[in-house]
Amino acid sequence: MYKISELVNTGKLLTSDGAWGTYLFKKGLASGSCPEEWNLSHSDEVYEIAKSYIEAGSDIISTNSFGSNLFKLSQYNLQEKLSEICQTSAEISRKAAGEEKYVMASLGPTGKFLIMGDVTSEELYNSFKQQAIAFEKGGANAVCIETFYALDEAEQAISAVKENTSLEVICTFTFDKSEYGFKTLMGISPQQMTESLILCGADIVGANCGSGFEDMIEIVKKIREVSARIPIIIQANAGMPVIENEQLFYSETPDKIKEIVPRLIDAGANIIGGCCGTTPEHIKVIAEIVGKFNQGKK
Amino acid sequence: MNEILQQLSLCIEKGRVNKDSNYPADMKGMPGAVELTQQALSEGTLAQDILNIGFLPGMKIVGDKFKDGKIFLPEVLISARAMSSAMELLKPYFQSGEINYKGKVIMGTVAGDLHDIGKNIVKMVLEGGGWQVVDLGINVNAEKIIDAINTNSAKVVGLSALLTTTMQNMKEIVRKIKSETKDVLVVIGGAPVTKAFADSINADGYFHDPQGMLDYLNKKMSK
Repeated sequence: MYKISELVNTGKLLTSDGAWGTYLFKKGLASGSCPEEWNLSHSDEVYEIAKSYIEAGSDIISTNSFGSNLFKLSQYNLQEKLSEICQTSAEISRKAAGEEKYVMASLGPTGKFLIMGDVTSEELYNSFKQQAIAFEKGGANAVCIETFYALDEAEQAISAVKENTSLEVICTFTFDKSEYGFKTLMGISPQQMTESLILCGADIVGANCGSGFEDMIEIVKKIREVSARIPIIIQANAGMPVIENEQLFYSETPDKIKEIVPRLIDAGANIIGGCCGTTPEHIKVIAEIVGKFNQGKK
Repeated sequence: MNEILQQLSLCIEKGRVNKDSNYPADMKGMPGAVELTQQALSEGTLAQDILNIGFLPGMKIVGDKFKDGKIFLPEVLISARAMSSAMELLKPYFQSGEINYKGKVIMGTVAGDLHDIGKNIVKMVLEGGGWQVVDLGINVNAEKIIDAINTNSAKVVGLSALLTTTMQNMKEIVRKIKSETKDVLVVIGGAPVTKAFADSINADGYFHDPQGMLDYLNKKMSK
């Protein structure tokens, strides 16, 4: 089996998956309970989410482990279960993906700031290390370090994965549009992110969450200014929420993204999926477009 | 005396904690927020004046710059760190009642939502503005909030959400707070939240940035 980045380097485009968190609540996750604990107590429901994305056409699916770090799990007094939760999350997605498709284990930020002295680099590294080792045991191909905003925390996460496993490293930041262009919470631009993450050893970089697919086009262009070669993954939110008739929904419906995704590909994205608000229907649309592009290339 | 407080305000703005700190580079060797607060206290400056003239204007500059997109979170964090180190020295004065907080704010990320970074930033800015924050954490339901309002006799609640699904939970939480408590202001925020949404669920306010909420509270509660 090729590595994900090797496959991308052959010129192939890939489809990743959509939202997990919102999906879990839809399946009955109660307020006050830990989403990652569901890997142990509700593994069938978690499996169904993973499977629904495979059926929608994902080449790569993630895992239910966004908040599986020591700091978040401690809030539920589940820190002792970290390895078990992480390993199981990867096993569930592996079961849904089979041997043909890829599993990238989701790893979110801790919410702690090194700059504030909330936490030390070693503490961050140790949590990420434990998570990465368990993901590899559970059968993941890669770790997807996502929704990050700070370079110092990303550096710890990338090193922890690289130095302790042979998993591929995917790392994506979340950008907001500001007066000075796209920046993360910490003021990092897509260009700065790309330079630093490549130096840290990330195999694939990109952006996730944010304000939708449309804005990602600009972000991809900024990443491409720095590197023509690095594989880029984009997992966008389904636009911004709008209210109509007292109903809330995301503005970028599956139908709406039909015309955006090809432009995202033209800008230089290699792997496309969704974040908050996206569903298997979004993924179906993306997989179809990606499929057409791949055929055209051959 | 005023010179010390002005210098203190500058230290908060620039994030200078103490004299041993290497940060910021152009203030190396100079006293930081901690030493200046000690000096002001030992010279008999009122703790209330240290707070109002020394701390708050420095944080206000930082909050305004953040609001205008002129600086990003690291600068806010650095200032908040300087302020909280110096604030430690004022703690006894809060306990003795010599100085008072402007009021108490109950804060939490609403049920079903696990995102807390935005809420934590707002908390820092409010504390930097002289408010006491009771932080209920993430995934908080209406009962817990109402309980906290009652035990703390608080008059302000700040709710945060990052998802459309949990924005909908805000509606029910606001309704319960309004029906079970009296004269409590409910302010909401979060990336997907808008003024129109706040109006539609009967919340008292929506702010795009932490300083906006602080300015609103200062104005509203001083009346």
